[in-house]
Amino acid sequence: MAGIPVSAGLNAPVVVSKPIEWLKANLFSSWLNTALTLVVFYIIARTLFGFVPWGIVNAVWIGTPEECKAVKGIGACWAFFPEKWRFILFATYPFDEQWRPALSCAIFLFLYGFSAMRRNWNSNLFYVWGGGLAAIAVLMWGGVLGLSYVSNERWGGLVLTLILATFGIALAFPLAILLALGRRSDMPAIKTLCIAFIELVRGVPLISVLFMASVMFPLFLPEGITFDKLLRAQVGIILFAAAYLAEVVRAGLQALPKGQYEAADALGLSYWQAMRMIILPQALRLVIPPTVNTFIGLFKDTSLVLIIGLLDILNAAKTAAADPLWRGYGPEVYFGVSLLYFVFCFAMSKYSQRVETEFNRHKHR
Amino acid sequence: MADIAASSGARGKQSIRLSLNDPTFRAIFWQIVVVGFIGLILWFLISNTLHNLEVRKIATGWGFLSREAGFAIGETPIQYGPEDSYGRAIVVGMVNTLRVAVIGIVLATILGTLVGIGRLSKNWLIAKVCSVYVEFMRNLPLLVQLFFWWALFQDAFPGPRQALEPITGFFFSNRGIKMPIPAEHWIHAWMGVAFLIGIAASVVVRRWAAARQAATGEQFPVFRATLGLILGLPFVVWLIGGAPVAMDWPALRGFNFQGGLTLTPEFAALLVGLVTYTAGFIAEIVRAGILAVPHGQTEAASALGIRRGKMLQLVILPQALRVIVPPMTSQYLNLTKNSSLAVAIGYPDLVSIANTTLNQTGQAIEGIAIIMAAYLTVSLSISLFMNWYNKRIAFKER
Repeated sequence: MAGIPVSAGLNAPVVVSKPIEWLKANLFSSWLNTALTLVVFYIIARTLFGFVPWGIVNAVWIGTPEECKAVKGIGACWAFFPEKWRFILFATYPFDEQWRPALSCAIFLFLYGFSAMRRNWNSNLFYVWGGGLAAIAVLMWGGVLGLSYVSNERWGGLVLTLILATFGIALAFPLAILLALGRRSDMPAIKTLCIAFIELVRGVPLISVLFMASVMFPLFLPEGITFDKLLRAQVGIILFAAAYLAEVVRAGLQALPKGQYEAADALGLSYWQAMRMIILPQALRLVIPPTVNTFIGLFKDTSLVLIIGLLDILNAAKTAAADPLWRGYGPEVYFGVSLLYFVFCFAMSKYSQRVETEFNRHKHR
Repeated sequence: MADIAASSGARGKQSIRLSLNDPTFRAIFWQIVVVGFIGLILWFLISNTLHNLEVRKIATGWGFLSREAGFAIGETPIQYGPEDSYGRAIVVGMVNTLRVAVIGIVLATILGTLVGIGRLSKNWLIAKVCSVYVEFMRNLPLLVQLFFWWALFQDAFPGPRQALEPITGFFFSNRGIKMPIPAEHWIHAWMGVAFLIGIAASVVVRRWAAARQAATGEQFPVFRATLGLILGLPFVVWLIGGAPVAMDWPALRGFNFQGGLTLTPEFAALLVGLVTYTAGFIAEIVRAGILAVPHGQTEAASALGIRRGKMLQLVILPQALRVIVPPMTSQYLNLTKNSSLAVAIGYPDLVSIANTTLNQTGQAIEGIAIIMAAYLTVSLSISLFMNWYNKRIAFKER
């Protein structure tokens, strides 16, 4: 065993800072890496060379349908958006009153931003939300304070998407908590009912739930009582979201150490007291990131109401794209709409990642 | 202490007090209340429904399944015409759903795994490209993506006469994608049989090799042997059949293409949308699974002198798969359920055909029941299979 080489005293690793060394380390470290880099670089370059002339250089930014037709095939027609943005954002809401849904969207955004800040996580939050939603209801429906009444059949566009997503999650949440508690209950009948509901809803696509809401709900109700399509879709979304959220909440309940349950029992708290004061505040805090992810999923899924004919932002854009004057620019239209969805979803997912790191910070100490 | 132990021991024999302070009685009481309440709601809904059906003169029952459907379907993998029954139309829809789901699951797994590994690459460019891909796919609604692909076919691709041909024999036009396939030959069926025999034989070989290694310690090149069996057998059969190389090339005749294999714009848009979208989620799962294997495992394996390829197969993958399989199952289920969005772009899947059926017959309850039953069956079978697989690879604690 005399042949063991004596370590020659390794130098501390050099922090690479020069661009050329960085390139060498990250892009061209081996012949395989070099080949991969070149291939990927080629693909990116090809895509850019294809996109830039079409999407930017030859594109029509503001103009008439005729100007767009002239560049069809060699340039994009972004002029669609300056022409149609009011229909895409507000759909069939009366044209002169469209400041109302615009203001409602602003209130929604304020509410989201306000709730995202952790220092606002106290009982005031409920009042702020109550006030905000009341203001939105007054703005959208009108009929008071000199605002003209607008039936909710005319609502559409961005505000409809925000309404479906916000009420979807807000009303699904209490239901989800009950379902999750029921699923973990010792009472066999309640447990079975909750499992059946959760698994049934999670086993079928949202479309079938929406179809059910749109064609079967009217059959369920007593003769003569009808409620409109928006509300039916909203109920469908709430039930669907509740099943998924219930599993998120259940994960939080399971992650909580058993000692917490026992401690609550030992203090002589009743079941509901223990849940309200000890268990749920901790369990829900644990699952904030997956809850936000569920919210992202729900926000994306609201686009499915298009299939039962509601004018959400996607359907508004699709309807606008069907205008005979502006036909044939589908890729541009959906590209534009997807950017809007992306802004919302990306902001939420970054937020959930940040909360997750903040919550896990104590683990790294 | 003795008192408490005695009283709790006696608990089981004690008679139940008829008071809400008695836990057993309370549990039974609340269950009866809840079940009764839900039963009451259900009874209310069902009686309303029956009444409404009667008032609106909507027929009930499954008789409509054997009636003539009267509508044509764009894509029919099995024989179907408008004169066929609703039942057959629904079967066509089911086959269409399964077709896109199965192909989609396979392709999404491949693409997702590549992107997931790519995100962990030491190559900065590849890692960045993969993470941008994942962020975009996960943060855009699938429906928008489907519309985008569909519009791309519809609006951006030229008509068949000016079809793009990026690779010889592959034509992209607003009628879909055309590609060459091997011309019809009787040997193909036998090659399929040989392929199945090869799979069966490789299972036997694996068992035999494992038993031999356990008994003697000698290794057998299982991977090469099974590869040879699965690919080699059909190849030999192909050679025996006279090695037919004729291809069926798509060719422009009149206004459209003849011959070759067609992917309709609907199918292509749905498949591309589902695969790219689901791959974004699968990539994250694969990445998390690989990161979950501690680095010490890799080091330990190299310390034992295991080669790089074997290391992946024997040490890293078995541990990563334990983390990967459960969430992967739900992605497969999601893909299958998401294939129902086909109705929005006109691909005749189960939901789309059941929807047409319920619009024509007015029998909404039966139509929805068919959709739900079909998806529940598919969902439950996929999760049963994946649970079985998961149990097989799960960590066996002694």
